[in-house]
Amino acid sequence: MIAWLNEFLGFLPDPLRIIAVITAQIVPLVIVLILCVAFLTYFERKVIGYMQNRIGPNRVGPRGWFQPFADVIKLLVKEVVVPSKANRFLFLVAPLLSIVPALATWAVMPLFPGYAIANIDAALLYILALTALSIYGVILAGWASNSKYAFLGAMRSTAQMLAYEIAMGFALVGVLMAGGSLNLGVITEAQSGGILSWFWLPLFPLFIVYFISGVAETNRAPFDVAEGESEIVAGFHVEYSGVAFAIFFLAEYANMILIAGLTAVMFFGGWHSFFAGSWFAFLDGTPLAFLREPSLAWLCVKIAFFLFCFLWSRATFPRYRYDQIMRLGWKVFIPVTLVWIMVEGVMLVAGVGPWRT
Amino acid sequence: MPEFQQFTLNFGPQHPAAHGVLRLVLDMDGEVIRKADPHIGLLHRGTEKLAETKPYNQSIGYMDRLDYVSMMCNEHGYVLAIEKLLGITPPLRARYIRTMFDEITRILNHLLWIGSHGLDIGAMTVFLYAFREREDLMDCYEAVSGTRMHATYYRPGGVYRDLPDAMPKYEASRWHSAAEVKRMNTSREGTLLDFIEAFTERFPACVDDYEALLTDNRIWKQRTVNIGVVSPEQAMQLGFTGPMLRGSGVAWDLRKKQPYGAYADLDFDIPVGVNGDCYDRYLVRIEELRQSNRIIRQCVEWLRANPGPVIVDDYKVAPPPREKMKGDMEALIHHFKLFTEGYSVPAGEAYAAVEHPKGEFGVYLVADGSNKPFRVKVRAPGFAHLAALDEMVRGHMLPDVVAVIGTQDIVFGEIDR
Repeated sequence: MIAWLNEFLGFLPDPLRIIAVITAQIVPLVIVLILCVAFLTYFERKVIGYMQNRIGPNRVGPRGWFQPFADVIKLLVKEVVVPSKANRFLFLVAPLLSIVPALATWAVMPLFPGYAIANIDAALLYILALTALSIYGVILAGWASNSKYAFLGAMRSTAQMLAYEIAMGFALVGVLMAGGSLNLGVITEAQSGGILSWFWLPLFPLFIVYFISGVAETNRAPFDVAEGESEIVAGFHVEYSGVAFAIFFLAEYANMILIAGLTAVMFFGGWHSFFAGSWFAFLDGTPLAFLREPSLAWLCVKIAFFLFCFLWSRATFPRYRYDQIMRLGWKVFIPVTLVWIMVEGVMLVAGVGPWRT
Repeated sequence: MPEFQQFTLNFGPQHPAAHGVLRLVLDMDGEVIRKADPHIGLLHRGTEKLAETKPYNQSIGYMDRLDYVSMMCNEHGYVLAIEKLLGITPPLRARYIRTMFDEITRILNHLLWIGSHGLDIGAMTVFLYAFREREDLMDCYEAVSGTRMHATYYRPGGVYRDLPDAMPKYEASRWHSAAEVKRMNTSREGTLLDFIEAFTERFPACVDDYEALLTDNRIWKQRTVNIGVVSPEQAMQLGFTGPMLRGSGVAWDLRKKQPYGAYADLDFDIPVGVNGDCYDRYLVRIEELRQSNRIIRQCVEWLRANPGPVIVDDYKVAPPPREKMKGDMEALIHHFKLFTEGYSVPAGEAYAAVEHPKGEFGVYLVADGSNKPFRVKVRAPGFAHLAALDEMVRGHMLPDVVAVIGTQDIVFGEIDR
């Protein structure tokens, strides 16, 4: 497809053509992502609704499918109020700072075999850098709005980020050791085979730490202390309204999809099929053989599953207190990851384990 | 670098966890509370003063609106005080009905408490589970009094009327098919007592559901164990009553200590806590839900077996029955006098207290012999609890303030009055 694009735009001078080809890949991805976010909010309300004996949105459009659009329109026509003592520039830049990294990270996501928008070798580092950057949006929003509630939210978020970035980084070190590369495509390739050859099994503690840290990084329940509706009202975005709020909202859900996607890619074999292993060899030659092919659909299924876990935990758990989150991060997750990296190192040297060296 | 200073946070009066209109001025050192100063009065409606301007019976409705989640218990306190002054005793059946509805009210209140306490701490789901059961109990209120919240059902000398023989039923509509409606009406085919009995059979499993979400949940325990600890001595000094006092291990319950209604004849237990923290108070209230259920069952059984009058036969206090008014001049005059002027209460003073879901709810009445009270003073349990907020949260963190407000089960209708 890219070759075809290159040929189609061949009349353009080289730099322009490259930009055009890249843009032609980015724009559909971003549109799809934003649509996913829109329907994720609908999905969340429905799933949590059914878990709580309610029916959720069902009035706008058939079965409430247009509810996300109604919400967007409502937020778009609302006034963006900038508090009088706020730092106007930072106040308006902060939402952008949180949405841009959430979308930019998708550049390195291996969507189907052999394809990522930017198939770079330092993908894992790029992800670490960008996810860390997205916290700046929260911190600046809290600081710039000149409100004590927002400031408390920003403070909590900063402390939380420090603790969980480290645990997350260590978990990624484990993945890097197992996959033997920083390139996400190569990491996915390294997990070829059935469910048992995906990294979640040998890296189980790291997978748990990564996913929980991911929930914490996205400020989702039970780690939503930066928002803490019942404590600090809405935390860092308490002063935001209209589009500016919508962008924070978008960023939160885009981050959820991102974390679900990264978990799927790094621990659950990305676009590999559930039925790829030798257990399901009997499917070959039957009409169901296509199930064994790696494809984008498998990645989507896995992302949907992890998103469901996000929503499930939101409906189930009470909220942690912020010092308890710190304790969990520093005293539980970081030691767990350190120990497991050591174990993994020994296994690697001894040649035990399914991964390549 | 400037020195880090304490700052003041204005918590409320419009805050998701303020339970209405609590305004807290918090002196904080980072996230740690140094001092909490509750400001009240934002919901002051002058109930006590208003009651002085009206005949006794017309203030019963105001009592519902004090603690607007445990309506009939408030009424009970007020009518008990009037009965004390008048020197009348309601018939036994009325006392059983009152007892049953007191306990239904207790369940209503505790269900709202568990929902909002959970919501304060971030557990959303239990709120909606609790409201599912509240709906059925509200229907009991509606069946017996016509309104779902502010019932005005108790009267000096008994209750307004006997329990109805039929429950209101759902009807098929655009939203509910006939089959669905039939399923929804299954427990509504019989009398109100049948409906309540069906509820008591299903309710323990519902409490198990709430407990499954919270009791052994590690996060819930981390958020409530050792938060807002009150020792038994401290609890008594602070004037705590109800679950707040029992959570600290003091087995004080007016239903046992000075029985009113029909409590003396009924079999139930008083749960007490050990450590006096939020978790113990949570467990105490959960057990109270189960005990209330037990009391309701006993009342249903008794009420089934013992029909009879539900209000005193004294037409100076209670209106005569309709059919009697059609043929009897004197009854008509009684009715007219009662609904225009009310009744006169002999001069004197009385204090009557009930074990309200939140603690001791007392009404102090001073009568001057006329048809209106000279003074009404309401002793609201939440007032004493809120006054202790500072002591309970000092040194804790901001999220714990929310947990403590939740555990105090504060309603501003009764505190501000």
